[in-house]
Amino acid sequence: MSAAAVETGWALPRLLTGIRSDRALTLAEHTATFGPLVRRRDLIETVARAGLHGRGGAAFPTARKLSAVVEQRGEPVVVVNAAEGEPASSKDRALIRLTPHLVLDGAALVADAIGAKHVVVVIAENARPEHHALAQALRERRGAFEIATVPAGFVSGEETALIQAIEGRPAKPTLKPPYPFERGYLVQNAETLAHVALIGRHGAQWFRSAGTHEAPGTALISLSGAVAQPGVHEIELGATLADVVASLGGTNEPVSAFLVAGFFGRWVTARDAASLELTASTLGAGVIVAHPARACPIAETARIARYLAGESAGQCGPCVYGLDAIVGALESLARRDSDAPLAVSRLERWTAQVRGRGACRHPDGAARLVASALDAFPAEIARLARR
Amino acid sequence: MKRLRLDPIACDGHGLCAELFPEGITLDDWGYPIVDGSDISGKLERQAKRAVAACPTRALHLEAAER
Repeated sequence: MSAAAVETGWALPRLLTGIRSDRALTLAEHTATFGPLVRRRDLIETVARAGLHGRGGAAFPTARKLSAVVEQRGEPVVVVNAAEGEPASSKDRALIRLTPHLVLDGAALVADAIGAKHVVVVIAENARPEHHALAQALRERRGAFEIATVPAGFVSGEETALIQAIEGRPAKPTLKPPYPFERGYLVQNAETLAHVALIGRHGAQWFRSAGTHEAPGTALISLSGAVAQPGVHEIELGATLADVVASLGGTNEPVSAFLVAGFFGRWVTARDAASLELTASTLGAGVIVAHPARACPIAETARIARYLAGESAGQCGPCVYGLDAIVGALESLARRDSDAPLAVSRLERWTAQVRGRGACRHPDGAARLVASALDAFPAEIARLARR
Repeated sequence: MKRLRLDPIACDGHGLCAELFPEGITLDDWGYPIVDGSDISGKLERQAKRAVAACPTRALHLEAAER
């Protein structure tokens, strides 16, 4: 626990308070742990003062999203996004599996605030323990909640893909605009709503008593790779990446870099970890993977890029062909084949060309990760590209 | 003022638009159009309209530029 949390008297964890490892908290246990749900008229304003940003990856200000939905005509629907297609992320599933009522409380509060009567909780088809925990939790409480599933996969968790699935179509992204709020949907990440549940109970000042002025509150991270304590942890925002990893037991072998935010995130070298402040934006979906120094980071980037190319919904040419070309260049570099000397200029050109060219941000996210590898590992790349 | 908007899902990369309106549309390395999102007016608007009309998949739209 950091010094700041001790001084203000608010110990961590917050969201993970009272959880058990083997099953979800029942409604009675949940209420005993957190107190009853507090409904407030000024929820949107309170969330705005708290400075909560979405925890699904994009870090959009939550209150602004709520207000945007309120301004639309018609009765909106709340969509809880717990699809968690990001392979290195497990925090949303952990929340649903272990403390589902916190997420459902947050969903109930935002539904009240925007005048929604229905809440749809979306999880991946293969998330069986989560489905069980959620179904159990819904039996314990009132309200028009339903569970929907989407095929497991990276793009299924994209917000327009979720809406397509809810409306009975294949879970593939659609062109924006229209944005989800214009179609009458408030899509919020599961963790974001868990924070709303506690902001409702304790207020904005309480939320801000953890973290820093610029990066208030706590966040869940999914820590993996060469670390002593892999798993889901709750951290205070505003700390540096190096401090957070050290406070969670550190690394268990020499580490050259960290993959931060997720497969759409970026590479941060071990040296830069001391200066990278973890905020809602830099943390994205909360993924931190420690990459061992003995393994080639370009081969790893190629592997991730290959995965992302395979996860394209296949709808937009620049995503389909561009990501494939980027993977080819990365693999050629990692193999040191005859095209390796051309790889860097190709990667610079193609990562720039695919950005903003899909209906969703899938190509942008993949390009950002690859571009960050070019920045983070210049010496490694120069060695691989040398004839 | 008007602006071109491309629907990348509908676009199949035929590339006619870039031939008809090279001032505002170029092709990427895979033959898909890169649309310059700047305002279009006057003489260029006619060319842009021809590019829109020529698209076999109706992926290109000329819309009023949002202020």
